[in-house]
Amino acid sequence: MSRNLLQSTMIGFGRRLTRTMLSEKIAREHGLLQSLDPRVRVVGLLALVLAVTLSRKISVVAALLAIAIVLALSSKVSPVTLAKRVWLIALGFTGVIALPALFVTPGRAIASLGSLSITEQGLRTATLLVLRVETAVTLTTLLMLCTPWAQVLKALRVLHLPKEAVTMLAMSYRYIFLLVETAGQMFESRISRTVGGLPRAEQRRMTTRTAGVLLSKSVALGNDVYLAMESRGFRGDIQVLSDFRMRSLDYVVLLLFLVAAAAAVWMGR
Amino acid sequence: MPSIFELRDISYDYDGVPALRELSLDLARGERVALVGANGSGKSTLLRMLDALCFPARGTLSFDAQLISATRLQDDAVALAFRRRVGLVFQNPDVQLFNPTVFDEVAFAPLQLGWPKQKLMAKIEETLQLMGIAHLRERPPYRLSGGEKKRVALASVIVLDPEVLLLDEPTATLDPRSQSQIIDLIQGWKGSSKTVITATHQLEILEDIADRVVVLEEGRVSATGTPAEIMANRELLLRANLVHAHRHTHGSVTHSHPHMHSHSEHEH
Repeated sequence: MSRNLLQSTMIGFGRRLTRTMLSEKIAREHGLLQSLDPRVRVVGLLALVLAVTLSRKISVVAALLAIAIVLALSSKVSPVTLAKRVWLIALGFTGVIALPALFVTPGRAIASLGSLSITEQGLRTATLLVLRVETAVTLTTLLMLCTPWAQVLKALRVLHLPKEAVTMLAMSYRYIFLLVETAGQMFESRISRTVGGLPRAEQRRMTTRTAGVLLSKSVALGNDVYLAMESRGFRGDIQVLSDFRMRSLDYVVLLLFLVAAAAAVWMGR
Repeated sequence: MPSIFELRDISYDYDGVPALRELSLDLARGERVALVGANGSGKSTLLRMLDALCFPARGTLSFDAQLISATRLQDDAVALAFRRRVGLVFQNPDVQLFNPTVFDEVAFAPLQLGWPKQKLMAKIEETLQLMGIAHLRERPPYRLSGGEKKRVALASVIVLDPEVLLLDEPTATLDPRSQSQIIDLIQGWKGSSKTVITATHQLEILEDIADRVVVLEEGRVSATGTPAEIMANRELLLRANLVHAHRHTHGSVTHSHPHMHSHSEHEH
């Protein structure tokens, strides 16, 4: 695959992923997570993410991944969608980090590749790392896919996250699409004006310049967006149409989330 | 007619680059005013200042006989009362459309101002119908066409039915049909109590959207008058960079003259 084809594929993928994340189509489905109070979703799923990061046993993290998959199925999120849009990407990024652990972690050798040996401890470390990232990203993605963003923000405010942090989250999330689009257009415009290959040093300089311009644009855009929000009465607290109301099911599911997270931390220590 | 905005000797700059210079202007209640000027003449900055999004470095700005300052706007009650009465439609709709759906976008301002749910739902429905965007209610705004985005941006402000409407280049980059829909809307406010201030450099729409034209040059008011008076002053229009010399050929003769368009005539 040529470098340009690879780059344009990555940009196209980024555009598609951001559109999917922002469309909030799944959040409007009638599934288990969608039926819960947003505060339960935020607290419950983030408690499970915390449990994933604190667990040191592969079996416990795998059990949490199984819970995430059950939650996805009951919330009308297809595992195929998760595999294509979450697991493969997470595997790609974490795999690069986890790969050296197979060889450099001291322990009993179980296989060899030339002069390099894969150790049992290395395999366990790499597996745990990949599983942890896959599970945490799956749980976070479920929260984002099944909850309209405005409700996530309101839930975070109810949970006493500082106003400034919520405002920053609100603006950055909403404008990821525009920035991905701008980055894509800048890339395409550069390709259309480039004849032949560029030396590596020049490519690095161009990438750095592009990143700088994109940063300046995002600062200006962020400022304008904040003014546009302020102009329409935004005072730092997100107001959304639906009022949160806890029902019996919400209390039961919240309890289940917290028990599962506590048990995972206890068993995975 | 009593003034709703009074600006006295206002100056403002961006990191040392002047945008407004000792500008004084009165805007009357119920008046439809067009701010015209070339790019960089200070139109957008003036609109932002009228919406209390930036404040004069020097000079004073009053709204309804009350001084507007950053300190006063820090008070939530003052700020919300002001936002309820004054609305700004930004030039770039992407800046203004930050909600997941068109419905959420139109609901944003009434929600921030704490409207009761029943009133809010009725007003949103009415606004969606008025702007012809009811069929787009579940669509994400960033996937709309340029004309649709502009209409949603307008709807997101007029849902509050503000006394003062500030429009920054509302028809720029739109196709003729979308332009005409927005012009029709502004024309519909003629004779109402609504004050409509429109920044534009499209001279051909002045007669449709304004009773008075204010010409800005390098951050200063260089002239005011009715659309007909301003359009008749070719020297002013050339100096303010609002018309350009148009060179073309008739047979073997090439000549140049100021070039401009209007709805009633096309002059050469």
